Amino acid sequence: MTVNLSKGQGISLQKADGGTLTAVRMGLGWQAAPRRGLFGSRTKEIDLDASAVLFAGGQPVDVVFFRHLVSDDGSVRHTGDNLVGGAGTGGDDEAILVDLQRVPVHVDTIVFTVNSFTGQTFAEVKNAFCRLVDETTGQELARYTLDGGGAYTAQIMAKVHRAGAGWQMTAIGTPSNGRTFQDLMPAILPSL
Amino acid sequence: MTAELVRGQNHSLSETRLEIRVSADAVVVAGATLGDADGRVAGAGGVVHPAAHRLPGLEVPRRAAADPRISVDLAALPEAVHRVQVLLALPEGAGGPDRFGATAAPSVVVTGPGGTAAVGYTITGLDTESAVVALELYRRQGAWKVRAVGQGYAGGLAALLRDQGLEGAAAMAAEIHAAVAAATTADPAAAPAARPSPSAVPGPISYRHPGRTPAPAPAPAAPAETPDASDVSGASAVPSAEPDGLVRPVAGDATGWTMDERLYNQVWGMFEDLARSVAAYRSAADFAESRLERELDEVLSDPLTRVGPASDAARDAARARHAELVERARVVLDRDLGRLAAESEVVEHALPPAFARWDSPVWHGYQIPLESPFALRLGDLHLPERTDLRIPLLVRLPLERGLWIDSGRPPGRGAEPVDSGELRRRAVETAVLHAARLLAAHPVGEFTVRIVDPAGAAGDALAPLLDSGALREPPAAGARGVSEVLDRLTRRVDLVQMAVRNDALDSLPPDVDTAQQLLVVNDFPHGFDDRAVTQLRYLADEGPAVGVHLLMVADRADARGYGPVLDPLWKALLRITPVADDHLADPWVGHAWTYEPARVPPGSDVLREVLRRVGSARRAYGI
Repeated sequence: MTVNLSKGQGISLQKADGGTLTAVRMGLGWQAAPRRGLFGSRTKEIDLDASAVLFAGGQPVDVVFFRHLVSDDGSVRHTGDNLVGGAGTGGDDEAILVDLQRVPVHVDTIVFTVNSFTGQTFAEVKNAFCRLVDETTGQELARYTLDGGGAYTAQIMAKVHRAGAGWQMTAIGTPSNGRTFQDLMPAILPSL
Repeated sequence: MTAELVRGQNHSLSETRLEIRVSADAVVVAGATLGDADGRVAGAGGVVHPAAHRLPGLEVPRRAAADPRISVDLAALPEAVHRVQVLLALPEGAGGPDRFGATAAPSVVVTGPGGTAAVGYTITGLDTESAVVALELYRRQGAWKVRAVGQGYAGGLAALLRDQGLEGAAAMAAEIHAAVAAATTADPAAAPAARPSPSAVPGPISYRHPGRTPAPAPAPAAPAETPDASDVSGASAVPSAEPDGLVRPVAGDATGWTMDERLYNQVWGMFEDLARSVAAYRSAADFAESRLERELDEVLSDPLTRVGPASDAARDAARARHAELVERARVVLDRDLGRLAAESEVVEHALPPAFARWDSPVWHGYQIPLESPFALRLGDLHLPERTDLRIPLLVRLPLERGLWIDSGRPPGRGAEPVDSGELRRRAVETAVLHAARLLAAHPVGEFTVRIVDPAGAAGDALAPLLDSGALREPPAAGARGVSEVLDRLTRRVDLVQMAVRNDALDSLPPDVDTAQQLLVVNDFPHGFDDRAVTQLRYLADEGPAVGVHLLMVADRADARGYGPVLDPLWKALLRITPVADDHLADPWVGHAWTYEPARVPPGSDVLREVLRRVGSARRAYGI
């Protein structure tokens, strides 16, 4: 059962049977730019990038993005940069895997962001979504649709944060502008 | 196709009529116990041994032999039998060895009716044990599976039987030994122990025509190297879970085409996991530290709270928060380290000679390999968080870069205090160990070691290599010897490069040694002129691609006279130290790891013994 999240909505990452999640995947997918008929090689490809920032007590301690694919502690892994997008039909084009058991004890929040590296605004990108999947079962937990976005190039998607002994996910959905996650830091901090 | 099991691994059996073939270097007694669903053995009637050698579905030989065979018909076993444990013991009073550590590791092969080997297992790691549970056949959801057990008993057969829950175990053990002794004296022909041809390949070789094997062969001809991976994938992908929900570690639990490759990948996986788990701990501890400082600063900066009970309470609270976070991080670290230590324990026992420590039993049962090794162990790595958790430092073979054993004073903090003469001696010893390991890990004639020792400075440290006859020629001495060896190797590199480029390896002159070459240079740069130095740099750059490798024993300070000319040479070599030193960084996080060079345990003769076998094999081949 998938929850279509709206801005600010939170879900607890407790499993239905009471167990907590151990591994989640944050997937990002979008539809590639339509081919130009003539001079097809000059199609303006859309390159969206997913990043994850690990926070401890409001301080960023590590970041996972296309140039640093694995957090030093090994808990967060990026599957690799996708420069052009895919069919936009539900498959993830970029994914970030989080092994919740291995997240260091001082890290209390992981924020996921999406940037348009090539500069197209989300108004130009079709069928973009981000979703959270229970990696152990492949079940989709939550989905957030980016379509029909406005004239901005980045979005702070969601955060996974500690709640009691387990973890909780909260959709954020704050639009922002920036090429990589560094540009987003000022926008991320208020939503922690 | 045989799946070679490691200790603890299981494999499903497709046949019901099986033969279990044992091969050992000494005569052994074979037996089996039949257990019910709870593993209990129903008294003396549940044990098959030479004195009572037949039960429904099970038959063992009546006397001790070097290659006993046990026939099993799983379908004929009583319904109540849920597990069959196959045991081996050394006969008492037969004049043979009294512990398995004194013989080569025994191996067992489970074969189907056509003589096709299904599963093989070499029982390594035995020492003072004189009885061992080799395999276990067990029912799992109606089907039979086999598991490699390898549990040895220093107390012999009596201890083994007692552990099976049998009353009167000692009496039964005595009865078995008496029966074996009687059978042996009755038929002296059975006594000869020596196996006709010791072979590195476990299991018998079938000379049958493959087309004539009976129909239910498990799988038709598969590519030579793939079956291992596919066979065991079922076992390693779904390892048996323990009651606490954790998965029991299994050696070879990684991807790869061969067992060696899987072990290599597993070791590197453990290396990465250890690096990252420690990174998580250090990051948490640093965070706790900086938060504590910040909170203490806050208390101090506020004039209202700087003194008085409120400030003390705030300071205590901050310290408690710090301690609590570090404690939690430590618990998580200990959990991870405990898992890795358990895995390391399992993996260490399964490592082949090229990956194993010098004190591993596989070196005692060393036989000349038939295939080139996948990787080489250069030593051990550990972190200060847990110094007894050692990760083998494995490098792929053929070596992509040469090795430099630094005989100079290491600048690292973790270095042992050793004087410089001792350091140089140990550096040569380390070089000898690496050269010996490379020689022993390669098949006969595929690896040649040449030593250049212009001033004879190595002294008797080279003796193990020289005395054994493992080397083809003595070390080159003097400036002339240096230039002769370098000329020859340079010519070899040039010719092989040309031949590779023109795809004409057949046209190499017959005097070119196509075996891989290891050039051990001691005491560089003594005895080297400018030309020789240039040649050496050429070999370091061009050699690895065509099988010429460099092992330098040198103190960089000695070569200061050459100035920065030699910097690229040092950078091209992998620096290792003859004493423990923390100069190696991992590729993921960049921790400083303490490198511990491989050492032969004191008083052990394993190095000379291994080299003696290499030398005699070389002479036998006439190379």
